[in-house]
Amino acid sequence: MKTQLANKTQALFAALGSLLVLFITLPLLCTVIASSPTTLWQTLLDADVRDSIWLTFYSSLVATVIAFVTGVPLAYLLARADFPGKRLVEGLVNLPIVVPHSAAGIAILTVFGRRTLLGRAFGFLGIKFVSAVPGIVLAMLFVSLSFLVNSAREGFESVNPRLEWVARTLGASPWTAFWRVAFPLAWRSILSGMILMWARGLSEFGAVVILAYHPMVAPVLLYERFESFGLAYARPVATLIILICLVTFVALQTVSRRKEAV
Amino acid sequence: MTGRVQVRDLWLDLNKFHLREITLDVAPGEYFIVLGPTGGGKTVLLETIAGLHRPHRGQILLDGEDVTTTPPEQRGVGFVYQDYALFPHMSVAQNIGFGLELRGEERAVIEKRVDEMARLLSIDHLLHRHPGTLSGGEQQRVALARALIIAPRLLLLDEPLSALDPTTRKALQRELAHLHAELGTTTVHVTHDFEEAVALGDRIAILNAGRVVQVGSPDDIFRRPASAFVARFVGVRNIFEGDLHPGEDGYQLLALDGTQIAVVTERSGRVHASIRPEDIFVFQGTLRSSVRNLFRGRVVEIADRRALVYVTVRVPPEFTCIITRHSLEELALREGQEVWIAFKASAVHVF
Repeated sequence: MKTQLANKTQALFAALGSLLVLFITLPLLCTVIASSPTTLWQTLLDADVRDSIWLTFYSSLVATVIAFVTGVPLAYLLARADFPGKRLVEGLVNLPIVVPHSAAGIAILTVFGRRTLLGRAFGFLGIKFVSAVPGIVLAMLFVSLSFLVNSAREGFESVNPRLEWVARTLGASPWTAFWRVAFPLAWRSILSGMILMWARGLSEFGAVVILAYHPMVAPVLLYERFESFGLAYARPVATLIILICLVTFVALQTVSRRKEAV
Repeated sequence: MTGRVQVRDLWLDLNKFHLREITLDVAPGEYFIVLGPTGGGKTVLLETIAGLHRPHRGQILLDGEDVTTTPPEQRGVGFVYQDYALFPHMSVAQNIGFGLELRGEERAVIEKRVDEMARLLSIDHLLHRHPGTLSGGEQQRVALARALIIAPRLLLLDEPLSALDPTTRKALQRELAHLHAELGTTTVHVTHDFEEAVALGDRIAILNAGRVVQVGSPDDIFRRPASAFVARFVGVRNIFEGDLHPGEDGYQLLALDGTQIAVVTERSGRVHASIRPEDIFVFQGTLRSSVRNLFRGRVVEIADRRALVYVTVRVPPEFTCIITRHSLEELALREGQEVWIAFKASAVHVF
C-alpha cells in the first residue's frame, strides 16, 4: 500500500517535473530547428556576429580570471578562517544574485562612470569603462562572481583541515600547504565554479547594456537585431549563440569531469 | 638523546575544548601516553604541542627551547592522526617523501630514504598506489612513515590505532613498540584505551575535561588511581566509598555496607578504596592465614571470559574476583553458592 502511494507520488512528481524540463527544451529546440543550416552559415559569415561572439567569450573570460585571482583567496578565508563580519561578507558575496542586473549596471556606472573619482583615476591609466570592453568585463564580473566564490568555498570546506595541518608539521609554510594540499584538492570545485561563472557572464545582458551598448556583446547584438529587424532576423543569431554556448558548456563540463576520474 | 618535551601551565579554549593548567614533562626517548575519555581535549593538546593552536597561557619547551610561538613547520614534530590524513592526490611514495621534498632534498635521496622507510614499515610494495586504495592498517603505516621520515624530535600519535579492526590494531601496536625500540623517538601517544596505554606506555597521563588528573607508570595508575574517575576509567573493579575508623595493630577499618574491612592508610574520614580482582582469593572450607580480611558471601554472578573467570561475591558489598578456569572447576562454583573470600589489608588501595 505504502509503496504504491510512493509510486503514485513519484508518478505525479515526474509529470510535474517533465513540464518544467519540456519548458526548457522546447523553446530552445524550436529555435534551433527553425533556422536552416544555410541561414546559420550565413549568420556565421556576418562579421558583426562573429565579433560580438568573440567579444562576449573574451570579456567573460577576463572577468573569470579576475574573480579567480581575488575570489579564490576570499573563498579560502570563508572556508577556513573565523573573523568578525564573516556572515556579512558571505551575504555580500551572494548579493549580486538577488540584485536586478540592470540595477547592478547602474550601480557600477555610479562608481566607474566617466566623471566619478574611480572613473577618472582609471582614465589617467587609459582605461575607460563606459562603452568599452573594461565596462563589459566589470558588468560580467559583478553579476557572476558569486558562482565562483561559492563553488570554491564549498571545495575548500570539503578538504579536511587536518591535511594542511599535517603538511605544516612536515615543514610546509601556510602558503606551501595551501598550494600543495588545499588548492589541488579543491581544484575541481574551483574549476566548475569558473565554468559556471564564465557561462553566466556570457549570457549577461542587463548589466552590460547599461555600461556598454557598444561594443556589442552577443546578447546585446541579438536584442538590437530583434528591435530593428524583427524575430526572423534575430532568430538565426539566437540559434548560433545557443549552439555555441551549449557545445562549449558541455565540452568544459566533460573536461572537468574527466579530471575527477583520474 | 633529544626530544624532551615540557609543557608548563598550558591553558587553551578552542570551540568546545578547554585545556586547563596542563603541566607535563616527557623525557627524551620516552613513550608517553595521554589517556582519557573522548572529548577530553587530548587531540587539541597534541595539536597545541605541534603548534597548530596557540595557547592562551603557558609554555611549551622542546629540548629546553621555548617553542610556544614557533610555527609548526619549524618544530620538527611528526604527527599521525586517527583518520590517517593522507594526501589523497598523491601516491604513497609522494606522501612519504613530502617532508623531504619540502626540505629541498634531491630526488635520488628522497627515493632512497622513502624506500628505506617503506621497508621498515613493510609497505614497500604499496609505493605506487594511492591512499584511497589501501586498507586502514596500510594507511596508518603510510602516515607513520610520512611522519618518521623527517626524523622528528618528537612523534605525536593521535589515537593511531582506534580506527583499525582488532587484529590490525594488535599488529600495529606491536609495530609501534618495535619502531620505538628501533628509533628511540620521543613519542606522545593519545588514546582512550587503557590496554593500549599499558602495553605501550612508559608513563601515562590521565586527561579528563581538559585537566591532567594523574601522571604515573601504568602500574602506578592501575594500583594507585588518584581519583574515583581514574579508577573507573582504567577499568578498576571493586571501587568502594566509605568512612575510616581507627582499628588495632596499625590498621584502620573501613565501613562498607555493614562490613568492616581492614586497610593500611594514613588518610582519614570519607575515602575511596579499590581492590584489584586478582588480589582476592576465593575458596571453600577453612583457610589458616594471617589475612585480615576474610568474609563469607554468596556467589551472585559468574562471568565467563575464557581463561579467566570473573566471580562476583556478595558479602555485602559485592566483590569481583578473578579466578582461573581451572580454579572454577576445582571449586565447582555455581551461582547462589556460599564461599569465602580473603584479601590482604595491603591490597586495598585507599584514595
